[in-house]
Amino acid sequence: MARRNTGGKHAAGLVDDVGAHVAGRTPPSAFLEVRDLRIHFPTDDGLVRSVDGLSFRLERGKTLGIVGESGSGKSVTSLGILGLHNRRNATVSGEIWLDGQELVHASPGDVRALRGRKMAMIFQDPLSAMHPFYTVGHQIVEAYRVHNDVSKRVARKHAIDMLGRVGIPKPDKRVDDYPHQFSGGMRQRAMIAMALSCDPELLIADEPTTALDVTVQAQILDLIRDLQQEFNSAVIMITHDLGVVAELSDDILVMYAGRCAEYASVDDAFHRPLHPYTWGLLGSMPRLDRERSERLMPIKGTPPSLINVPSGCAFHPRCAYGELNGGRSETERPELVEVEPGHKAACHLSLQQRREIWESEIRPKL
Amino acid sequence: MNISKATAGETTVSAAARADARPIREGEPLLQVDNLGKHFPVTAGLLRRQVAAVKAVDGVSFSVHKGETLGVVGESGCGKSTTGRMIMRLLDPSFGRIVFEGRDITKMSQGRLRPLRRDLQMIFQDPYSSLNPRKTVGAIVGAPFRLQNIKTEQGVKKAVQDLLELVGLNPEHYNRYPHEFSGGQRQRIGIARTLALRPKLIVADEPVSALDVSVQAQVVNLMEDLQDELDLTYVVIAHDLSVVRHIADRVAVMYLGKIVELADRSDLYERPMHPYTNALLSAVPIPDPKDRGARTRIRLQGDVPSPLDPPPACRFHTRCWKAQEICKQVEPPLIELSPGHQAACHFPENTTVSATDEVSRAAVAPGAAPAPGEPPSGPAGTPPPGV
Ligand SMILES: Nc1ncnc2c1ncn2[C@@H]1O[C@H](COP(=O)(O)OP(=O)(O)OP(=O)(O)O)[C@@H](O)[C@H]1O
Ligand SMILES: Nc1ncnc2c1ncn2[C@@H]1O[C@H](COP(=O)(O)OP(=O)(O)OP(=O)(O)O)[C@@H](O)[C@H]1O
Ligand code: SF4
Ligand code: SF4
Ligand SMILES: [Mg+2]
Ligand SMILES: [Mg+2]
Repeated sequence: MARRNTGGKHAAGLVDDVGAHVAGRTPPSAFLEVRDLRIHFPTDDGLVRSVDGLSFRLERGKTLGIVGESGSGKSVTSLGILGLHNRRNATVSGEIWLDGQELVHASPGDVRALRGRKMAMIFQDPLSAMHPFYTVGHQIVEAYRVHNDVSKRVARKHAIDMLGRVGIPKPDKRVDDYPHQFSGGMRQRAMIAMALSCDPELLIADEPTTALDVTVQAQILDLIRDLQQEFNSAVIMITHDLGVVAELSDDILVMYAGRCAEYASVDDAFHRPLHPYTWGLLGSMPRLDRERSERLMPIKGTPPSLINVPSGCAFHPRCAYGELNGGRSETERPELVEVEPGHKAACHLSLQQRREIWESEIRPKL
Repeated sequence: MNISKATAGETTVSAAARADARPIREGEPLLQVDNLGKHFPVTAGLLRRQVAAVKAVDGVSFSVHKGETLGVVGESGCGKSTTGRMIMRLLDPSFGRIVFEGRDITKMSQGRLRPLRRDLQMIFQDPYSSLNPRKTVGAIVGAPFRLQNIKTEQGVKKAVQDLLELVGLNPEHYNRYPHEFSGGQRQRIGIARTLALRPKLIVADEPVSALDVSVQAQVVNLMEDLQDELDLTYVVIAHDLSVVRHIADRVAVMYLGKIVELADRSDLYERPMHPYTNALLSAVPIPDPKDRGARTRIRLQGDVPSPLDPPPACRFHTRCWKAQEICKQVEPPLIELSPGHQAACHFPENTTVSATDEVSRAAVAPGAAPAPGEPPSGPAGTPPPGV
């Protein structure tokens, strides 16, 4: 813990390296703060702007849900926070502050030391995160011993303990199974056990239940919720399922084309959303908790190119309300503005206009 | 809109039900499936002796009427795709019978099936792998015409362009390749190909599960429009209960190779009888933060057992919170417990509730359960979730 407490010094040193954004480079008070994060991939077809100016913060004990269409930059963001992009083919800029330490400009070794100990990730596909040739127990033991100076015996006991905590029956026997001997739900549990074995303070779950059946998904979501309460960790839950977000999150970040379209408390996001894209997501979704709607309201068109991102508001080619403000949407990028306390949206429409459209056109049809 | 004549004589229609969505369910069904099953042999050793069987589908029966959509839901591995593939005759059944338009097609040779292939079509889950990347959209959508040697009035090209327009694609995309399209557009191409021969029955296996929610809604709406326009009959297989509720008129719930409940959409979602259906519905995350904690949840323990060795009698008993001794001894038959509502359970929920009767939501109504059913241990008389 103590050896990482050098956030301020790092920052000061790095200002010289980069020579820009001097004003922004001060450690924030939030546990996690992402500032103007940009992650671009140069490719033969052009520069892919996967994440293009993303900012948010997250406190311990809170859960942030990140939603958005496929390709909107959710996974690239989470890999960015964990420092998992290869800097040879990705350009990363901006700032990521974790508990006073800046990560974008930190050395790879420093970031690696934080992974697993201070922050950990659960992936959609547990098989890709686990080695097929080693037993589940072995992998948890190794992950634990990287950051904890304990004997194998102690680590094994800890692994069995963790497997039991995540609900694997007979953990002392199953600890010696190989990943393929586990069902999908059990593998996901084992990966959660692995991710949590070092009590990370930040847990990033990228579509942790998308590949699972709904009854197993419910078990895993319960588990994540319980463990979070127990450890008081900060959780980022990445998903395209608004239901999962509504059940688990405190706040929601809606991503579109690598940027934040709307940021709100779950309550505001579902009951008073202020961005046309968020309306589109809500209208697209068939819902079990409502009268069956006659017709879904899809978002027209197709997701945007991240190489030739549409001008102005990236959502404008698909937005039904882009005309309402005299062509501004096509030429001028809307900034993310805090319209109400804790509620931000990036849209040129006036707050008044958006409230009216929501109340009269969108909400009644949901 | 040739399915709008229905409703009049229906008794189970709740006020909420879409009035014009009721297909006529009298006369001969378009598709009838009786006790259909598929056991995949598991072999071992040099002689490849059969040592076991995966009971992927183990005796399912249902019918589908013209203009109707039957939804099939259930968790991974319960046999949904296998059922769909047997109906399409892409897979030979181990037992049972498939009757299409009054003709038994269970054992029909591929040669004799050929003309029927026009009437029976399938939409696949994966819009990426189901289209040949080296063929143009024109060639892909036009292939069925060529395969079946069908003459079109103004040539295949015109017919294909009409189809592209029908599914909401630009007819000028005729010469493009699949990789130039997004997932939703590719699914439209797949649907256009499916529609080329004006099929009577379409089996759609997870038609939207690979798509983003916004695009998913486009495809769902398209399927509904086409159904109205072309008088299509659908069997829609999906694991997403919300999508199925939106698109289906009737819904079959499968568990480990069996149908455990089959009912009209509104009956099934508002008054689920089988404990497994109740558990499934209560596990769906609801996109409304107000409902957090408000719902009574049923949490099933563990995973679905292996179809290699399914539990005896009621297959759900290993995970069912209502299970009693009889559930391990006697298999509950799938029987009609209220008009049009079938369930296979010794201690069903919601049984005597009529469409307007809210009274007995909280408990198994007296006299309703066919077995000596005091509300058993566990979360007794769990109310139907998510309604
Ligand atoms: N290494 C890379 N090189 C080039 N482009 C990349 C690379 N990694 C990701 N991208 C692109 O960045 C965009 C964002 O990808 P990302 O994986 O973050 O999407 P996502 O929001 O997680 O989507 P999904 O819901 O499908 O997981 C995509 O268009 C993707 O193709
Ligand atoms: N060719 C095969 N040989 C052996 N077993 C098979 C074969 N095809 C399917 N199975 C098994 O049969 C069972 C039912 O499979 P099926 O694909 O019908 O399930 P499903 O309900 O469609 O599941 P999912 O939702 O995952 O698509 C599974 O246990 C599967 O492993
Ligand atoms: S800025 Fe314009 S195009 Fe963008 S969401 Fe708002 S109204 Fe629509
Ligand atoms: S028959 Fe018994 S075990 Fe099976 S679902 Fe009904 S109550 Fe549960
Ligand atoms: Mg992703
Ligand atoms: Mg399947």
